[in-house]
Amino acid sequence: MIPEFGQYALILSLCLSFLLAFIPLVGAETNNPLWMSYARPLAIAKFLFLFIALLCLGYAFVADDFSVAYVASNSNTALPIYYKISAIWGGHEGSLLLWIVILGGWTVAVAVRSDNLPPAIVSRVLAVMGMVGVGFLLFIILTSNPFDRHLPVFPQEGGDLNPLLQDIGLIIHPPLLYMGYVGFSVAFAFAVAALLSGQLDAAWARWSRPWTNIAWAFLTLGIGLGSWWAYYELGWGGWWFWDPVENASFMPWLIGTALVHSLAVTEKRGVFKSWTVLLAIFAFSLSLLGTFLVRSGVLTSVHAFASDPARGYFILVLLAISVGGSLVLYAWKAAHVKSESSFSLVSRETLLLINNILLVIATMTVLLGTIYPLIVDALGWGKISVGPPYFNALFIPLVLLMAGFMGIGIMARWRQTKLETLLGQLWKPAVLSIVAGVVAQWQYAGEFNFQVVGIMVLVFWLAFTGLQDMYKRASAKSGMWKGMRSFSRSYVGMMLAHVGVAVTIVGALMVSIYNEERDLRMAPGDRITFAQYEFIFDGARKVQGPNYRADQGVIRILEDGEPYTQLLPEKRLYAARGNVMTEAAIDPGFTRDLYVALGEPLEGGAWAVRVQYKPFVRWLWLGGLLMAFGGILAAMDKRYSRQAKRELARRQAA
Amino acid sequence: MTPKRKQRLYIVLSIVIGAAVAVGLVMYALSQNINLFYSPADIAAGKAPVETRIRAGGMVVEGSVKRDPQSLRVEFGLTDYVSTVNVVYDGILPDLFREGQGIVAQGELNDAGQLMAVEVLAKHDENYMPPEVAEALEKAGKMPEQLRAKEAYAE
Repeated sequence: MIPEFGQYALILSLCLSFLLAFIPLVGAETNNPLWMSYARPLAIAKFLFLFIALLCLGYAFVADDFSVAYVASNSNTALPIYYKISAIWGGHEGSLLLWIVILGGWTVAVAVRSDNLPPAIVSRVLAVMGMVGVGFLLFIILTSNPFDRHLPVFPQEGGDLNPLLQDIGLIIHPPLLYMGYVGFSVAFAFAVAALLSGQLDAAWARWSRPWTNIAWAFLTLGIGLGSWWAYYELGWGGWWFWDPVENASFMPWLIGTALVHSLAVTEKRGVFKSWTVLLAIFAFSLSLLGTFLVRSGVLTSVHAFASDPARGYFILVLLAISVGGSLVLYAWKAAHVKSESSFSLVSRETLLLINNILLVIATMTVLLGTIYPLIVDALGWGKISVGPPYFNALFIPLVLLMAGFMGIGIMARWRQTKLETLLGQLWKPAVLSIVAGVVAQWQYAGEFNFQVVGIMVLVFWLAFTGLQDMYKRASAKSGMWKGMRSFSRSYVGMMLAHVGVAVTIVGALMVSIYNEERDLRMAPGDRITFAQYEFIFDGARKVQGPNYRADQGVIRILEDGEPYTQLLPEKRLYAARGNVMTEAAIDPGFTRDLYVALGEPLEGGAWAVRVQYKPFVRWLWLGGLLMAFGGILAAMDKRYSRQAKRELARRQAA
Repeated sequence: MTPKRKQRLYIVLSIVIGAAVAVGLVMYALSQNINLFYSPADIAAGKAPVETRIRAGGMVVEGSVKRDPQSLRVEFGLTDYVSTVNVVYDGILPDLFREGQGIVAQGELNDAGQLMAVEVLAKHDENYMPPEVAEALEKAGKMPEQLRAKEAYAE
């Protein structure tokens, strides 16, 4: 009975979405306050029913209702309760439901946090989000219903959740990622609403900026978490594979990063207006493309659990309608937009433009590498794949170029900066970072790797230019401490995010260059030495988990000859589907991880073992955390609430 | 030309040149890093280039996996039921590598016609067959019936 309630709730929310997409929009076009006033209650009601549907599916999982086909193929009575709950989004149908629920959540968030906006704008924004909701609800109900029953003969036992997904990282990775993906729908809706109303002024940028920052922060967290999960769960210690599915989430992130910066320019200076609208459209389009790539099964990848051409075509049509429609609207409305001010060649605007261009180029190269194999395949030219060297060769120089300009951008002022002043400020951090880069490399490695020095110089460049700018701003006030306390949240957020970029670059650089890795055959008693660590294999024993059996390797580690720790990597066999999985064991550390994983058993109690020493690998994700935290901090800047109060007061007075 | 126009001209020119360089680099990088897929039949027919990075896919021949007792070196036959290619790999095989399983190997062919693999991929679902492998088998007309049934089940 409960699954039918869920199904019913889904259909109801589809109807509500239709109304939401239609009534407020007509109200806004005809200036009918009554029709416009339906927007908020409709958004809330739609979310309510979506949430009920999610609860129903959750209930089916917890109650082991294997008559529901989706539950039967993604759960099992032996599964621990928290995995039963996370199994809701362990497969295609459920993760799509989660996508839609999160879209509903964002819609409600906009509905309740928009008292200060003109009703016509709110109506249009919510209506656009309602349209997106209609598309995806149709998709789930017509092609991927999570409540489909397996009647009359249903299995007594479920097929179990894919063991790779039985992990804390995968409990929270999809919700975070979707929060980011779907969050860009808010920026998209604001952009389309602004186009529809014809009022492409700086106001829409101000309204959508905090939303975009938060969505971007979530996406950053989601990608970081995915990378961390791949690192410890896929078993082999890689952290980024340029896998098409990773790229699918990375492309919206890159464009989203460009959007965050471009919105800043539009809000503060009233320029780049139509460009920002275009970026908002692209960011959400790439989110949709990502959903298409992952969910249509066109990819040969670890993520392509579900593959069904009908679903692929459906998303492709959705993509065509939303991208095509918004671009047509853009061409029609954005042609006559005039900038509200001008800027000279040496100014923060120019540097942010460079940032935008580089980010867009980076996105295009990733996009090309990701879809080129699909295009070639579709045209029948053969089967190819594009390897990581392609992405590395293009992406790394672009990032380094960006890092160089970032330092200058922090120092440059809006509108115009005298070149001499800028150079006068920049030479000190430049010299310092060259010295620091050389010293750091010498200290760490005792050798002189030109590549590493160059990149470390850029990292220090980011740090020192930031510090100098903070110092300059703080000392402009009467006291240093007072000056620092007066920094706005958005300034601190920006600094944190930029430091995060530097930290991530350090992690990526160190782990790429100084990673030590050995695959070898180890019999009990065999030892191997890395840096100051000695790994001793003491053989493997059998252990029993809740829904798996495992061989557990015992590896003792000595540090400088002294006992240090013991790592227990496992090779698990999940009984329900006979899946074998590698569970790596990691000794984490701030400046290095020790990583061991079991390969396959060999003759005579020996095992194939992978042993790794991974310097600074945690910095990769620490940088991601800093970026995300910076994004959230910037979105919570006090001026937004001050602005909101002012706008509200003005509207009430009028 | 006024100085302002001149400045604009330079900006436009530098953007055009920059874009051209970027496109050129992208195309070069792409052409250097494409790995073409070949079936064992293609390889046996001599269609695949020697000492170039390629991908090959098929089923692991039952009973063909030979391990070196001293190292991680392993040899196995990869077949599309028309021809068989010998694959040599030195490293840890993926969890789902099994005899009779569809896999994709990435590596270079040597003069002896062996594929020196640097990477072996197997899917994270035992019912799944890499699409390239499925197509290669279909093309050879050798798609095993029980596998086709499995595929239908997996959907």
